[in-house]
Amino acid sequence: MFNRDTWKEIFDTIRKNKLRTFLTGFTMAIGIFIVVILVGFTNGLQNTFEEFFGDDATNTFFIFPGRTSMPYKGYKSNRSIRFDNSDLTDIKENFEPLLQYITPRITRSNLVRYKGESNNYTNRAVAPAHQFSEKTIIMKGRFINENDLKIKGKYAVIGRLVEQDLFNGEDPIGKYITLGDSAFKVIGVFQDDGGDNEERFIYIPYTTRQLIEKGTDRIEQIIIGFNPAIGYTGAMALEKNILKLLKDKKVIAREDRSGIFIRNIADELKQNQQFAQVLGFIALFFAIGTIIAGIIGVSNIMIFVVKERTKEIGIRKALGATPRVVISGILLEATTITTLSGFSGMLAGVAILQNLGDQLEDYFITNPYIDIGFAIGATLVLIVFGTVAGYVPAKRAARIKPIVALRDE
Amino acid sequence: MIEIKELHKSYKMGSNSLHVLKGINFSVKKGELVAIMGSSGSGKSTLLNILGMLDEADEGTYILDGVPIEDLNETKAAEYRNKFLGFIFQSFNLINYKSAKDNVALPLFYQGMPRKERNTMALDYLERVGLKPWAEHLPSELSGGQKQRVAIARAMASQPKVLLADEPTGALDSKTSYEVMDLIQKINDEGNTILVVTHEKDIAHMCKRIVYLKDGVIVEDKKVNQVRASSYVQ
Repeated sequence: MFNRDTWKEIFDTIRKNKLRTFLTGFTMAIGIFIVVILVGFTNGLQNTFEEFFGDDATNTFFIFPGRTSMPYKGYKSNRSIRFDNSDLTDIKENFEPLLQYITPRITRSNLVRYKGESNNYTNRAVAPAHQFSEKTIIMKGRFINENDLKIKGKYAVIGRLVEQDLFNGEDPIGKYITLGDSAFKVIGVFQDDGGDNEERFIYIPYTTRQLIEKGTDRIEQIIIGFNPAIGYTGAMALEKNILKLLKDKKVIAREDRSGIFIRNIADELKQNQQFAQVLGFIALFFAIGTIIAGIIGVSNIMIFVVKERTKEIGIRKALGATPRVVISGILLEATTITTLSGFSGMLAGVAILQNLGDQLEDYFITNPYIDIGFAIGATLVLIVFGTVAGYVPAKRAARIKPIVALRDE
Repeated sequence: MIEIKELHKSYKMGSNSLHVLKGINFSVKKGELVAIMGSSGSGKSTLLNILGMLDEADEGTYILDGVPIEDLNETKAAEYRNKFLGFIFQSFNLINYKSAKDNVALPLFYQGMPRKERNTMALDYLERVGLKPWAEHLPSELSGGQKQRVAIARAMASQPKVLLADEPTGALDSKTSYEVMDLIQKINDEGNTILVVTHEKDIAHMCKRIVYLKDGVIVEDKKVNQVRASSYVQ
């Protein structure tokens, strides 16, 4: 059955029936092509999702002060809570082994000027550890260090887009910008994967901000990175303990929910992972759906092909072809076409996905890709089902009496 | 060569059953050229199809060259057809995407003959029907008479015991018909057994024996003086 003569006969038939070959091959190629593209796009969607939410460090707590909602120990309700430097040191002392880093954050917006250019930028007054919590990447110069805090230096680390806006290609390191009413020396430029907004920030030492604001020791937010080794439950316990410490210190009722807030990224991360999982299911559903659609398409064309060849089958049988020879001939031909076209469709899809890269980022599709094993598997599934779908009508056609097939004109 | 006894065949048409062959007794010796005549519906094509193992009889015996033809499965029937029989159809039934040569070589392909050998043999048979120069042409590039001659070459290629022709001239004009009959007569002259189903009197009289069928039975079976088709062909 697999001798050279059989193959010659098959390729002969393929070559001389261009339309049929084209229809079968095209259905197969387009089927697998769509599977590859759709699965690739869904993967790209998942990439976008991960990029959106995977930017910031995940072992982070954000602690905000709020207003009390109930009277407690002689204090009235609706009292506004404030953090100051002592809160930082208290948390540091009490939870030292559980922490990776701690930093305050004071956010302001000021007019920033350099030579002729000026614009309003958000600036964040922070400690050196802030670099970890936002995964800030230094491109030039350096980030704020402990010494800057100690000397309350007027140093600024500016975002990539701030540099672009203000410096017109000039090297900003060592230059002075006017931030609010004071001159700050630019000591570094950073980039951030979190998007354009994040790259329009300016970081300054928090002690410097406190000095400018008349020597106050107020801070707005406290950001904590816990030691990832303590795990999810450890993080939950830590959150509770920090809350307890601060509420006692600020004289807030333990059951008051609005005096102090803690935003726990670990908790959010868990939700995001669940969402990603749902997205994964949708992707799988898409993949299976398109594969089924492909199977139906290939099966239809196979049934059509066999139907079209009924008369030829009759002639061949009259000339002495056994049913086995007839069936294997049709199936080998079909499988050859579907295999060749299936894999070229797959390769075309993979090539397109690879070339797209980031071009569809505006449509929330980042770096679409398909697992090559999955692509090959899907192609094989289509080939197998195409063959099965061809086998049934081929077997029936081979069983038709030649006289019936010949009469069919 | 062919021995038939009490052959019956009926077709189911919905709830009705149409009794087409009602007990045919008939034998053909080697080297005969037999015409089977009858009006349409007389069962002549059905008889030929049963003889050709393209269809099965309901009852009766059929012995071909000493081999009883019974209880055939598809594979066995295909083998017998390939070994014993050559077919010539009214509508030629050439495979339209294969060249004349490849069409003729097809039965040899199913015999498992190596490619070179069967191509040589196919060309040989095409030469015999005078179509060697058209060997690489597709059926669509040939005239009706040429197509039928390719079909005859194909039927001859497997060197069958019996050639079965179902209205071989039915789709041809009279001039071409005579050319085809001339060819059939020449093949018969070489000692081949040939059965021709026809409803045309002049074609029937170019055979050596005429069998008349009417309503599923043989009403007349007589030897005739053969009219040579070559007398009509220049």
